[in-house]
Amino acid sequence: MKKRSALPRKIFDKIAALLAYLAAFAGLFILGWILYTVAARGFASFNLAFFTELPNPPGIEGGGLANAILGTIILTLLATLIGTPLGMLAGIYLSEYGKNSKFAEWARFFSNILMGTPSIIIGIFVYTFLVVPFGNFSAYAGAVALAVMMLPVVARTTEDMLQMVPSAMREAALALGTPRWKTTLQIVFRAAKSGLITGVLLAVARISGETAPLLFTALNSPYWISSLSEPTPNLTVTIFNYAMSPYEDWQQMAWGASFLISAGVLFVTLTTRFLLKEKK
Amino acid sequence: MEINSDVFVSNTTELSANGKKPGKIEVRNLNFFYGEHQALFDNTIDIEPGKVTAIIGPSGCGKSTHLRVYNRIFELYPEQRAEGEVLLDGENILARDVDLIELRKRVGMIFQKPTPFPMSVFDNVAYGLKLHYKLSKSELRERVEKALRQAALWDEVKDKLNKPGTALSGGQQQRLSIARAIAVEPEILLMDEPTSAIDPVATAKIEDLIEKLRGKYTIVIVTHNMQQAARISDFTAFFYEGHIVEYGVTKELFTRPKKKQTENYITGRFG
Repeated sequence: MKKRSALPRKIFDKIAALLAYLAAFAGLFILGWILYTVAARGFASFNLAFFTELPNPPGIEGGGLANAILGTIILTLLATLIGTPLGMLAGIYLSEYGKNSKFAEWARFFSNILMGTPSIIIGIFVYTFLVVPFGNFSAYAGAVALAVMMLPVVARTTEDMLQMVPSAMREAALALGTPRWKTTLQIVFRAAKSGLITGVLLAVARISGETAPLLFTALNSPYWISSLSEPTPNLTVTIFNYAMSPYEDWQQMAWGASFLISAGVLFVTLTTRFLLKEKK
Repeated sequence: MEINSDVFVSNTTELSANGKKPGKIEVRNLNFFYGEHQALFDNTIDIEPGKVTAIIGPSGCGKSTHLRVYNRIFELYPEQRAEGEVLLDGENILARDVDLIELRKRVGMIFQKPTPFPMSVFDNVAYGLKLHYKLSKSELRERVEKALRQAALWDEVKDKLNKPGTALSGGQQQRLSIARAIAVEPEILLMDEPTSAIDPVATAKIEDLIEKLRGKYTIVIVTHNMQQAARISDFTAFFYEGHIVEYGVTKELFTRPKKKQTENYITGRFG
């Protein structure tokens, strides 16, 4: 039998590895480029006024985005308060009660569809239900739109994390005479705690950078927020407006806002990584 | 199934910790189904109060399935279903209106894998107590210590009561599970292969513990280890393919089995 040369295989192996490295590098490079550009351009806008003052009209020196920063924090908090309990309850249902029943299968299917729904459609949906009937844009509407985006993410991670708790844990709790709901909330939840927090934080990171759902709901405003039922200033729509404007100082503000949001999302993501690591 | 009453069994039934007599279980024509699949066939057996009864048999013969009916833990899985009667002191626990929380307080269970709850050693034992009793802090501490002493674990954990339960060794975790179960003062203790996941030294400790608990509780233990059954039990039931083939005094069953299948199994010809 003629021996086959190993050389072509070795060369092919090297090429394949090289291509894989290149692809990974390209992905990282683009991410690094984006972060670098945002940081380099954005950091220049950071000063005390940026974090403490209201925006100035174009052409007038100074001013900041304090109202938008506060507004984004309020919107995100409000959305988390609405979306987290609902999403977790849905996840509990799917993992602990519905399991493989017909209804649970459908709920899971529609939850996946909701997760893939373009955010602008969710914005328009909330617009027709919460903005048109009440006659004005509001923080409530914005928070609901963001909460709808959170829902499937939180439901999915809750279900996954509860599923990772061995059924022996549930059996041991039930065998002690623990009622079903206490078993879920006091034993299973506690066992899955860090995973559940991670899920919520990831969902928060996801919605805090959303613009489209807010365009039709919270809108934006150059003033301090005085009530939750008024148009609400926020960073993402401000970026959208300022970046499209012809004024150089507004464009600079948009860079600053972009950097702030990127840093916030990065911070939340790193926190979740840290939490997950601690679990192991 | 009637017991071989011609053999003498010492009668050492004591009152259990709560002053109640250990419970008595009578199973009548128990059939069990996993969906369409039938796993138990007409099981009929009387479990003697205050005694240790071992359930032996090859893998998949229905030992654990049978045990898991006694506290209705199988109901966590909707596709599982039991038919027939299981009488606990004369009351059918399979009846629809039975309070499962009360039933499981009376019938404790230890599982194959130690399952400490995600909380401290102290809270693990206190959890069931808080569930079933209103206790002051000092009473709670007393009862936790008593349960840990009964489970022969106190001396090893008294300095780490605030450490997480998962920080203990496997054998200690299993004794913690036992302490947690006996803290609520059940009448019956079900043990589903309690030593199959832990090392021989820890196994010996658990067997010693079962020896100590004998008389105070009615103990039913599923084991795939025949030597263990012979060492620790008063009565043994041999299960095969969902049927109770033979049931009797342990010494009798291991030395003079009445059925050919039992003899084949205990002499190691199958299983």
